[in-house]
Amino acid sequence: MIQFEHVTKLFGTKKVLDDVSFRIERGEIFCIVGPSGTGKSVTLKHMIRLLTPTSGRVLVDGVEVSDATGDALSRIRSRFGYLFQSAALLAWMNVYDNVALPLREKTKLSEAEIRERVMDALSKVGLEKEVEAMPADLSGGMQKRAGLARAIVTQPEILLYDEPTSGLDPVTSRRIDDLILDLSRRLGITSVMVTHDLHSALSISSRIAMLYQGRIVELCTPREFIHAKAPMAREFLESQYITRRGRWESGSGFEPLS
Amino acid sequence: MIVREPVLRTPPRNVLQACGQRVFQIIGEIGRASMICFGGIAQMRYVLRKRSRKEVVRQLHVCAVKSLPVVTVVAFFIGMILALQIGIELRRYNQETLIGPAVMASMLREMGPFMSGLVLAASVGAAMAAQIGTMMVNEEIAALEIMDINPIRFLIMPRLAAMALTVPLLSFYTCFVGLLGGAVVSYTQLSVPWAVYWQNAMDYASMKALYVGLLKAFLFGFTIVTVSCYEGFCTRNGAVGVGQATRRSVVTNFLVILVIGYFVTRLFY
Repeated sequence: MIQFEHVTKLFGTKKVLDDVSFRIERGEIFCIVGPSGTGKSVTLKHMIRLLTPTSGRVLVDGVEVSDATGDALSRIRSRFGYLFQSAALLAWMNVYDNVALPLREKTKLSEAEIRERVMDALSKVGLEKEVEAMPADLSGGMQKRAGLARAIVTQPEILLYDEPTSGLDPVTSRRIDDLILDLSRRLGITSVMVTHDLHSALSISSRIAMLYQGRIVELCTPREFIHAKAPMAREFLESQYITRRGRWESGSGFEPLS
Repeated sequence: MIVREPVLRTPPRNVLQACGQRVFQIIGEIGRASMICFGGIAQMRYVLRKRSRKEVVRQLHVCAVKSLPVVTVVAFFIGMILALQIGIELRRYNQETLIGPAVMASMLREMGPFMSGLVLAASVGAAMAAQIGTMMVNEEIAALEIMDINPIRFLIMPRLAAMALTVPLLSFYTCFVGLLGGAVVSYTQLSVPWAVYWQNAMDYASMKALYVGLLKAFLFGFTIVTVSCYEGFCTRNGAVGVGQATRRSVVTNFLVILVIGYFVTRLFY
């Protein structure tokens, strides 16, 4: 569905992505993990042409995203939902209007239909009581959930999540994980998630790619990732108490889903 | 596409190359700012749509209603200063009764559009640059583009429409309040009767001065939105970048307003 072919990205002389190639299949939950500043968000932004590769190609269902402009780009982008790291809610609109925005601007739905869709999306993220709140009055986690509601309200085929659980409490994080999993299983939405949260990645993803210094050092299932040999992957697992002191090695049932 | 990748230039090797780079950079900036302006004008066909109307009204409130107090004070004092300075000189020749025409000519031709343009550039224009700059660094503009919502239609067009209406209206209002300030000074400081002041001022008023002044104000409206929003869209580097964009927008607006003002005057007089 989404294919990276030898993508290299330079910012000036700095190589952010270095010959990155992978393929994401339809309905998959694909996680990109790695340390900060290693090109995870850059990879995500290439999928929707917020960035274009210096060399190589990004394709969505065989259509080259990196060359798309005008209507072709609109058609591609209409298939995507995107949850930004900062939620990116419009500050002068309340939560309801923010979530309703893509429906009001891009569809011909009546206000009653829009209301139904918006309330459904807000209830999925647990914000149905905050419709009148302004973004500035919400906590970071609530803003992110409102951003997620806006991303799913258009019922996209592909959802891109940039750090969906960062800054959230563990209970809400797991709730967001469940929602991503539910959307993928129930509606067949393809999800691509950039995260530092390995618990989240191991729990819900079908495959994990680890980026380090702009290169993919691991690309495997969660079960295989636990036993990854790459030193950076080992360090990453250990830093989150998954393999050294975590429940996985103690055998108490951290069962990654696939 | 509004969201652009950062352009990293190689450092110039000598002064000549630095000058050349700067010239090309300025030409590029003028081109991109013009695209924003003409893009906004092209999107004016949506101005009467229900949702656009709502945003235009909101922008009219921000541009016109909220600017009214400061414009009133500035215009009144400008009129008073003009009347006082001109009156002092005219008194030497016993021609104080000509204060009215002098203030009318200054306000209608130049000071009305200039003062309203400069006040709006410093208040509304700076606010626009800061708001759009903040939206840029918070990735709100990127979010609009991903939702396939055209930022030019969604953000620029309502502001262009509001400012194109507001600046000429405020310019006319500035002229009136300035004349009023002049009348107060003429009456209290220079003993020119109200009726004489107004009669002489109205006798001197011409339609040409009015429409050239309004044309200037109309162009200033477009300039302020174009420059401010362009600077906003170019914002990088968080809060520091927003501050820099705001400062640049005010400085550039002042310069462009002066240049446009001169050339329009040159064209008609």
